[in-house]
Amino acid sequence: MAFIPLFIALPLFSAFLIPILGKIYKPLVWLLSTAVAFVLFVLALYGVAVSQEISMVVYKMGNWPPPLGIVMAYDSFSAFMVLVISIIVFACSMFSLRFLSTYTGNWKFYTLLMLMTAGMMGIVITGDLFNMFVFLEIAALSSYALVAFGLKGEQLEASFKYIVMGEIAGLIFLLTIALIYAKTSTLNLADISTALQFAKNTTFFWMTLGMLLFAFSIKAALVPFHSWLLDAYPAAPAPISSLLAGICTKVFGIYTSARIIFNIFGLSRANDPLFFNFLIGLGLLSIIFAGVTAFSQNDYKRLLAYSSISQVGFILLGFGIGNYYGVLGAILFILAHSLAKGLLFLTSGSVVHSAGTTDIKKLSGLGERMSTTAWSFRIGALSVIGMPPLIGFFAKLFIIIGAIKAGFLWIAIAAGVLSLLSLGYLLRIENNVFMKKGKSEAKPAPFTMRVAMVLLVVLIVLVGVGYQTIVDYIAGPAAHALLRGLEYSHMVFNYFSMSF
Amino acid sequence: MIVFASCIILFLIGLYAIVTKRNLIKIAIGFVLIEYAVNLFFALVGFKKGALAPIITKLDTPHNFVDPIPQALVLTAIVIGLATTALMLTVILRIYDRYKTFDIAEIKRLKG
Amino acid sequence: MKGMSLIVKTVTNIVIGFIFIYGLYIILHGHLTPGGGFAGGVIIAGVFVLKLLTFGSKAKDERSASTQASVWESIGGLLFVSVAFLGLLLAGTFFINFLPKGTPLHLLSAGIIPICNIAIAIKVGAGLFAIFLALAAQKYIIED
Repeated sequence: MAFIPLFIALPLFSAFLIPILGKIYKPLVWLLSTAVAFVLFVLALYGVAVSQEISMVVYKMGNWPPPLGIVMAYDSFSAFMVLVISIIVFACSMFSLRFLSTYTGNWKFYTLLMLMTAGMMGIVITGDLFNMFVFLEIAALSSYALVAFGLKGEQLEASFKYIVMGEIAGLIFLLTIALIYAKTSTLNLADISTALQFAKNTTFFWMTLGMLLFAFSIKAALVPFHSWLLDAYPAAPAPISSLLAGICTKVFGIYTSARIIFNIFGLSRANDPLFFNFLIGLGLLSIIFAGVTAFSQNDYKRLLAYSSISQVGFILLGFGIGNYYGVLGAILFILAHSLAKGLLFLTSGSVVHSAGTTDIKKLSGLGERMSTTAWSFRIGALSVIGMPPLIGFFAKLFIIIGAIKAGFLWIAIAAGVLSLLSLGYLLRIENNVFMKKGKSEAKPAPFTMRVAMVLLVVLIVLVGVGYQTIVDYIAGPAAHALLRGLEYSHMVFNYFSMSF
Repeated sequence: MIVFASCIILFLIGLYAIVTKRNLIKIAIGFVLIEYAVNLFFALVGFKKGALAPIITKLDTPHNFVDPIPQALVLTAIVIGLATTALMLTVILRIYDRYKTFDIAEIKRLKG
Repeated sequence: MKGMSLIVKTVTNIVIGFIFIYGLYIILHGHLTPGGGFAGGVIIAGVFVLKLLTFGSKAKDERSASTQASVWESIGGLLFVSVAFLGLLLAGTFFINFLPKGTPLHLLSAGIIPICNIAIAIKVGAGLFAIFLALAAQKYIIED
């Protein structure tokens, strides 16, 4: 199982190699980062294949057994997240070649990109709470720097807001780790989950869970804590907005909280309905608030940022429903949202690159001039809205099925109706930017940008058409991995006893 | 117990600085204070009365040590804190370059 | 950056070598006594910061120093990851301690830990110096 540490080590290695390569020959840098992203994608596919047979792979770093050493616990949910991360990183790296050609010192971008990849991969495959914190901080630090990459006033301002919010979350997370360590004397996630069962339903149990959720909901930009995102996404360079919107908030906030809720604290719909209702409430709040506010936005990227928050609400809704179909829907939604929102932000980058502005009142007539971008936008938007053959539809469908099976008919109806919100605000962009006739000097997007966008379009369509395969082999096992609950810790330790 | 209370007080002072101060540098100092409070709390978690520092100088040293893991973790957390603080200060200096002020009330080019 | 007065320069000339050696001591004894790569690296970075503050420098030198610092930082990082990779190649586990452990409490012991300490020291030393340059000499290295 030697491939597991490679997910972290390869991007880390290339991150350190890039500053040296950047001194020698600059184009090599882009090649290296794209190649590494591609290798990661291949490894992730291999990892998915492995996770079909072994539902939990535990890798001991430096051969130190748990709970003494740090372990990597790679189950189907990790395999799924690794796959999604590698796809988005590859597309962003591809897209960045021409987009960043106007920036000075643009090879530094790839160092940060690779560091962020290493951090995100680390978060999803680690089996150790403190290790998760370290990777979270690595990824978060590089994302702060990437938001400020252009060094314009707005970008620095957005980056500062992001640092303030992100660091509050990080420090609360660290404080919670200290509390958990004081109570359980261990940092291994599996060990913690065993130990916490003796403290179930005490004040300590709910307080630590609350603090962790607070930290993660800042990172995921759920509605009361969303303000940083609205500045960070529009200000950042487009490939980074795409990466942040597509995958960062999901990994920093959604993956971590899902793992903590289901596998570590061992909560389930059957035992703690109140808590899961709270999650549903939080999800609905995000969907409605951000969805409605998006209508008044006139900035291409800011509108997409609001849409992102609203979509994250759907993911939380799926987890809150808490039965198999709800969780499966939420997991498919992570995939759908990563591909679609990643694509939409890439189109915004292509618009900025060609037309020089993101104000949708000033843009017009781009539909004819930039047909690839326009059609990419349309496909991505249709997937976000939930058009049948595309993946976004199936994600929403499973959430609605889950809601009906759990007996929440009103949530099923609300989820269906609220999808129409996204139709409304995305039509604003379509009408103003692409459909409206107007003179435009914009040139079509450069080749590599189009390749990145078309790649995501193809994936959205393919994954949507072949959704049954995805559910059977990737998303379904991932949902089962989450719903296994406390089995997680048994599996980690059983693997450990089997291998000896 | 009084030392744990002092951690909380330090934490609250830092939070106060972040919430009420308008100067960017003072906000950064608030962050450093919060970070110290959390690190101090973490280091205190491993404390045992009358125990030694966990350093093996002879192979037959009696094993009455304080818990070394929180210390190792705090060291890592300090390094991360260093990186964050450095990044934050760099961003603040660049902001000063662009806006010629440290006052957050005057730094609002963004619409949100 | 302007230099400092003659007194500071003379004192710096005397102590700077000792500080450097002290840093090396902390790094190399990292597996035996408190200290190690990070603490030693901070001291090494301190040497360079002290030199720059005392003797001053031209904008051109600062820019080249910043470039060199970033290259050395990468070398430190590469060394560290390479040691981990060597464990994967030679002994089959990432980060395994594949070197002989030696006698405990002697300088040549603990397998890969001294090598890791040295790698960390290079990375931290160069990184902290780069941070110092970014904060103190930012006007000169802002454009690259």
